Amino acid sequence: MESDKKTTLSELVNENNVQRNDLAISIKHLHKSFGNNQVLKDFNLEVKSGESVAVIGKSGSGKSVLIKCVIGLIKFEQGQIHVLGKNVSKLNSMELDVLRIKVAFLFQSNALYDSMTVRENLEFPLRRHLTETKKEEVDALVIEALTNVGLAHTIDMMPSELSGGMRKRVALARTLIMKPEIILYDEPTTGLDPITAKEISHLIVEIQKKYNTSSIIISHDLSCVKITADKVVMLINGKNYAEGKFEELSKSDDDKIKNFYI
Amino acid sequence: MVPKVVYEFFDELGMISYFGWRFFKEGIKPRYEFREMIRQCYYVGYKSLGLVALTAFIMGLVITIQSRPTLVEFGAEDWLPKMVSVSLVREIAPVITALICAGKVGSGMSAELGAMKVTEQIDAMDVSGTNPFKYLVVTRVFATTFMVPLLVILADAISLYGGYLGCNIRGVVSWQLYWNQVYETLSYGDVLPSIIKTFFFGYAIGVIGCFKGYYTDKGTEGVGKSANAAVVLSSVMVFIIDLIAVQIIDILNLT
Ligand SMILES: Nc1ncnc2c1ncn2[C@@H]1O[C@H](COP(=O)(O)OP(=O)(O)OP(=O)(O)O)[C@@H](O)[C@H]1O
Ligand SMILES: [Mg+2]
Repeated sequence: MESDKKTTLSELVNENNVQRNDLAISIKHLHKSFGNNQVLKDFNLEVKSGESVAVIGKSGSGKSVLIKCVIGLIKFEQGQIHVLGKNVSKLNSMELDVLRIKVAFLFQSNALYDSMTVRENLEFPLRRHLTETKKEEVDALVIEALTNVGLAHTIDMMPSELSGGMRKRVALARTLIMKPEIILYDEPTTGLDPITAKEISHLIVEIQKKYNTSSIIISHDLSCVKITADKVVMLINGKNYAEGKFEELSKSDDDKIKNFYI
Repeated sequence: MVPKVVYEFFDELGMISYFGWRFFKEGIKPRYEFREMIRQCYYVGYKSLGLVALTAFIMGLVITIQSRPTLVEFGAEDWLPKMVSVSLVREIAPVITALICAGKVGSGMSAELGAMKVTEQIDAMDVSGTNPFKYLVVTRVFATTFMVPLLVILADAISLYGGYLGCNIRGVVSWQLYWNQVYETLSYGDVLPSIIKTFFFGYAIGVIGCFKGYYTDKGTEGVGKSANAAVVLSSVMVFIIDLIAVQIIDILNLT
């Protein structure tokens, strides 16, 4: 009896460990509304470690709201979100900060600080977590991140002096600087010309390989999704309406799914 | 049922009060953003310095010129420096300075924070482990609270100098005599309360400017609207605080 219990317990612990190692993000029965506007109704999603999942959906379907819930920027009413094994809604602000070191967010509007140079923009997340780091080390990290996106020469420019594509790259460099385990991309290619969009998409794949990150990629841009995603999830009416590989979904007979592929 | 306008008014009042309270709550906890605070102080002071100096000078001059005929009528021309210095130091310099700061600094803060909100920069700070309220709001409210009084002291001095010139346009008052009369007239009861109330002016300007920016509605249009609302509300607030201050000074019999 006693030993029986032990095995089950250790099994449970093991299972827990497996879950922790295998699942970077798990979203269960997520509900979120603003007043009467119910945006997410029972949304479910799992992202395995090292996997890139694309979430596609119409404008206003709640994609940005979804990933802001994941990183704790928006509070939700119902459901559970686990990120790297931590229940996001149960964390206090300190614990959330610790988790956010490992989770990076690329904002839809880049969110570069207008009043700071590119260098200061990249140093900003560093100065919080590594207060004792030496100036040379910080410099090295900044330059490494900028080199990764091919923009080392812009280090002393202001964001307003950069083109849209360059800004996106700098924003990407800023998300990389903490060497995150998870990156959340909010429409990384929107507003860019097709060629630049493709470059950014390939850059995302490169980063994915180099740092072995897991990610959620929000996008309307099918060519970006095709290049970057291992799995595609369709967000329709607040639910994960369909899920599968890019090619699988493209062959679907469902009208709602077909609409996306036109 | 309460009318919607009344409900919204009190709703906003409550939110602003809470926002103002958070300044103290979060401001006293470490870590302190000294560099950013000093930068903001420099910014607030430097941005309004020229304008405050110019208007203070003109106010001193104009008030003196306008007061003269009335005093001459009563044969009390000698009283000109006394009368002018009291009205300048007690009322005109503080209120004019605060209004200028509300227009220039308050709207600037609201527009800046509003733009940061709309372009997700505030969210980005939150995500990168910086408390945006502390980094953006506490530093700015601190700056206005301490720089507005400094600007008022400067405005007092410059407007009194304007008064001196005003006295000398028609009559002759020596530099020595003018300042002797000013010092004789002004007591601590005039100067201190009028400086103390300017801390509240500065605090109100900072809190309202930051509040309007921090809670800007989505979109660029919202940024302009909140900057506008910040100026209107903080200007009205300056007068309300002034009214309350006058009552308190009166009750305590400080003058
Ligand atoms: N802070 C908020 N307050 C109220 N409603 C909000 C808020 N944020 C988002 N919404 C609403 O939630 C819905 C989804 O918004 P969201 O920004 O997630 O859309 P989206 O799918 O990212 O669209 P897009 O592709 O245009 O970025 C919209 O109807 C929006 O009005
Ligand atoms: Mg969005």
